[in-house]
Amino acid sequence: MNRYTWRTFILEAVMVLVGIVFFLPVYILINLALKKPDDASSPLAPATSLTFQNFSDAWSQANLGQALVTSAFVTVFSVAIIVAISALAAYPLARVTKRWSRWLFFIFMIGLLLPFQLALIPLYTTIRDLGLLGNPVSLVLYYAGLQVPFSVFLYTGFIRAVPLDYEEAASIDGAGPMRSFFSVIFPLVRPITGTVIILNVLHVWNDFLTPLLYLSGSSQQTVPVALFSFVSQYVSQWNLVFAGLVITIAPILIAYFAMQKTIIKGFASGLKG
Amino acid sequence: MSSAQSQSLAVAEAAAPASALPRRAQKFSARRIGAVSWWFVVPALAFYFFVVLWPSIEGGAYAFTNWDGLSATKDFVGLAQFQRILTDPAGVGAVVHTLVIAVAITLVQNLVGLLLALGVHTKIKSRNILRVALFTPAVITPVATGYLWKYLMTPDGAINQILGFFGLTWLQHDWLGDSNIALWSIVATVVWQFAGYSMVIFLAGLQGVPEDVLEASTLDGAGPFRRFWYVVRPELAPAITINLMLSIIGGLKLFDQVWVMTSGGPGTSTDTMSTLIYKNAFQFGDFSYGIAMALVLTVFVAILSSAQYKLLGKQGGSK
Repeated sequence: MNRYTWRTFILEAVMVLVGIVFFLPVYILINLALKKPDDASSPLAPATSLTFQNFSDAWSQANLGQALVTSAFVTVFSVAIIVAISALAAYPLARVTKRWSRWLFFIFMIGLLLPFQLALIPLYTTIRDLGLLGNPVSLVLYYAGLQVPFSVFLYTGFIRAVPLDYEEAASIDGAGPMRSFFSVIFPLVRPITGTVIILNVLHVWNDFLTPLLYLSGSSQQTVPVALFSFVSQYVSQWNLVFAGLVITIAPILIAYFAMQKTIIKGFASGLKG
Repeated sequence: MSSAQSQSLAVAEAAAPASALPRRAQKFSARRIGAVSWWFVVPALAFYFFVVLWPSIEGGAYAFTNWDGLSATKDFVGLAQFQRILTDPAGVGAVVHTLVIAVAITLVQNLVGLLLALGVHTKIKSRNILRVALFTPAVITPVATGYLWKYLMTPDGAINQILGFFGLTWLQHDWLGDSNIALWSIVATVVWQFAGYSMVIFLAGLQGVPEDVLEASTLDGAGPFRRFWYVVRPELAPAITINLMLSIIGGLKLFDQVWVMTSGGPGTSTDTMSTLIYKNAFQFGDFSYGIAMALVLTVFVAILSSAQYKLLGKQGGSK
């Protein structure tokens, strides 16, 4: 069972083939972005005369620089708020055994079930009335609220597993709850903070429908929306479109390949509870 | 809704076997921090209330009116909007498409994900790089994967070219232009993107399968299928529950890929509840009809995820 037999070899061959088939679309994406528009060769044939013209065209015509900045702004601030308020809220929810604590946890968990479509339209009118339509700040506030239930859920489960001894020691030394939280709990739950950050960054960065609504008509767009309006304009010029796609997914892919162990673990452990 | 709580509690407990705290310490802690830290919840609760809870309640209420989103008329019309869904062919179609998509994605994505996990969780040398490669699509922006596959599936796109190369011209289709198969083309795109996601969760579950029991059952003459069913499957129960839940909910809410690949077309053959909610509320000026549909979607999500939890949770969702 522990040796590398010919059966293992056949399995290896099959799995590698499956892996190649899975990865093929990504290869075609990058390959096509590097080809000239008049290059009629098969999408599978490697680009012979590389061109970077598509990239510079897509960059300027889709206004991708602006979009990357807006997306980065929204992602950084909303995830920072999510981490801060969720970790803080999870502390009493995990530690206090009184009835109000259990009720509050229950109320937060209702949010895991509600599809955001239900709140989307009334929230749209509220944001319109506040004059925040077209302002990326509206997205920061939106994600900060939307992602609370899931993040509180992850933090609460994790803090429950932390032994009380450390807080006991801290409180004997005269630390209040605030001090205990910042000096003891928050550093101890760093692994789950990593998971919360990874899952939320991906969600916020990739989200399409909300920025499509809340930023429509403004010059500040997030990456998916900029891509959407760019492609609607140049739909038949696939080389250009694919260059735009490559530019926009590059930041995620680079981050993913650089931290793949942490990220995959984050997904698995976070979703396991 | 209580199922959401019990599920999360069950999962949290499963993740926190070390919660057997000394009773004295628990009392001590409750006395020390119980009175003060109530305030810690307030910021999160405020954001959550204003962004999720209150607008959802409002949304639920608008579904019983005829408000168009702009005008001052907001009359109570009872269940009229829901009756419209049932009599509107596009509305019925969207409900059917949504259910078909959710069920198809759930079954295929998890089956593929499970097979990939079983294949990767072996002695093969490429297992680490395969895990990274297979998970890659899951981190890519769905709008981008939607466009990628839209191109691959055009009549003269890569898929038809590859089929032609192998002489399989009879398999060539207008994958997104044919109203009979467009829905399945979207399902295939989503499965491609998220099968690696399911795989990663299954892999986490497979870590818990005891190696010695597997070996013992092999020695006792159990074949691969019996080994899977009696030794591996029970350990996978929590991973199965979470995977099914995620793909059902994701399938029901599907919007991005549909919107960039077909916008619901050709005709209305790929309209889902999410695209119809968007069209009605923001393009057709039919706010309350869109929101009635959103409420129906909410009920579907609640029913399907709690039914699924009840069915599988008993099998040992929390071990």
